[in-house]
Amino acid sequence: MSKHTAKEVLLNPIFNNNPIGLQILGICSALAVTSNLQTALVMSIALTLVTAFSNLFISMIRSQIPSSIRMIVQMVIIASLVILVDQILKAYAFSLSKQLSVFVGLIITNCIVMGRAEAFAMQNPPFMSFLDGIGNGLGYSAMLIALGVVRELFGAGKLLGIEILPLIKDGGWYLPNGLLLLPPSAFFLIGLFIWGLRSWKKDQLEKPAFKMAPQVVTKEAY
Amino acid sequence: MEHYLSLFVRAVFIENMALSFFLGMCTFIAISKKVETAIGLGIAVIVVQVITVPANNLVLTYLLRDGALAWAGLPDVDLSFLVLLSFIGIIAAIVQVIEMLLDKYVPSLYNALGVFLPLITVNCAIMGGALFMVERDYNLSESVVYGFGSGFSWALAIALLAGIREKLKYSDVPEGLQGLGITFITIGLMSLGFMSFSGVQL
Repeated sequence: MSKHTAKEVLLNPIFNNNPIGLQILGICSALAVTSNLQTALVMSIALTLVTAFSNLFISMIRSQIPSSIRMIVQMVIIASLVILVDQILKAYAFSLSKQLSVFVGLIITNCIVMGRAEAFAMQNPPFMSFLDGIGNGLGYSAMLIALGVVRELFGAGKLLGIEILPLIKDGGWYLPNGLLLLPPSAFFLIGLFIWGLRSWKKDQLEKPAFKMAPQVVTKEAY
Repeated sequence: MEHYLSLFVRAVFIENMALSFFLGMCTFIAISKKVETAIGLGIAVIVVQVITVPANNLVLTYLLRDGALAWAGLPDVDLSFLVLLSFIGIIAAIVQVIEMLLDKYVPSLYNALGVFLPLITVNCAIMGGALFMVERDYNLSESVVYGFGSGFSWALAIALLAGIREKLKYSDVPEGLQGLGITFITIGLMSLGFMSFSGVQL
């Protein structure tokens, strides 16, 4: 794990080590913004930038941070970056920032940012950490955008507000599935995505910790 | 009184932190393998939430809001851009104190929660509660009730999920769905169940 090539660091998180699919990081604020593609895109860009720059800055000062207060130092850096993003959104895309409501602020508590800072940026030089931030941001974005596309396309027949599938109520043929715009569908879809990803990349399968011998309990799994 | 009661019920069932706002998902999934730990964490979240939401409310009203510094003779100062930074600071400090208390008095729970206790700081449910409090303009007493309600909603959801997952380990799940995948589907079904509360008028 000590040597990383730039390409590995950048591309691995997208499929091989997807932050949402495998590391269970950053699901928190991810799902609520995916009911349409536009907010999903904005959120992805915001998160990628925050992760990349927080990794960069934390990595730059990593040898100066005393380990007992590293959390709070990381927090302050991340929070400042998020405030920046929040203010920029408020200034240039006010309606969008109203739509995202509290979720921009919640980038601070997004486990990806903190997790990568702690796991990668504290041990690696700045440039690599920057790439790692971008890579993980992209992995997150890939998942978010996939969710956003499916939910908006089949839930409302639109992509980015442009009609793709003409709806029945406007004289078309597509009957939108309202469930896809509601919270539960996000969980189902992400479950299915993980299923797909893991059937494709067999090494990501979790070992069936709970499998029992037929009819006989030899040993409790946990 | 009735107002507070409806606020509480609303926070617990209709606007459930975990199931309808997806907040605190990381810990929600990682710590829900055993009912005991789940309930422990749930209680920790309730406690943190009840303390932090009103504390943040006070800071907001007396320090950060536009014109809030009038008592200090600075009526034109608007520090509301510092909301995110100061909230996370307050939350981190309070979580740290709770961690030390747990370490001293309830070491079993402290060990059970392990590395995830510091992660309460980055638990979106806590920060989300505080930010919703800002967005909806709750006053101090409302924010106490809301803090308790939202913490309780999260604890309820994680306890339920842990109960389901304890049984779920005896079921035969398709290969790719093992672990994380099936957990998401389960949460989806729970969230579908909680959506039936959304028609309730209070």
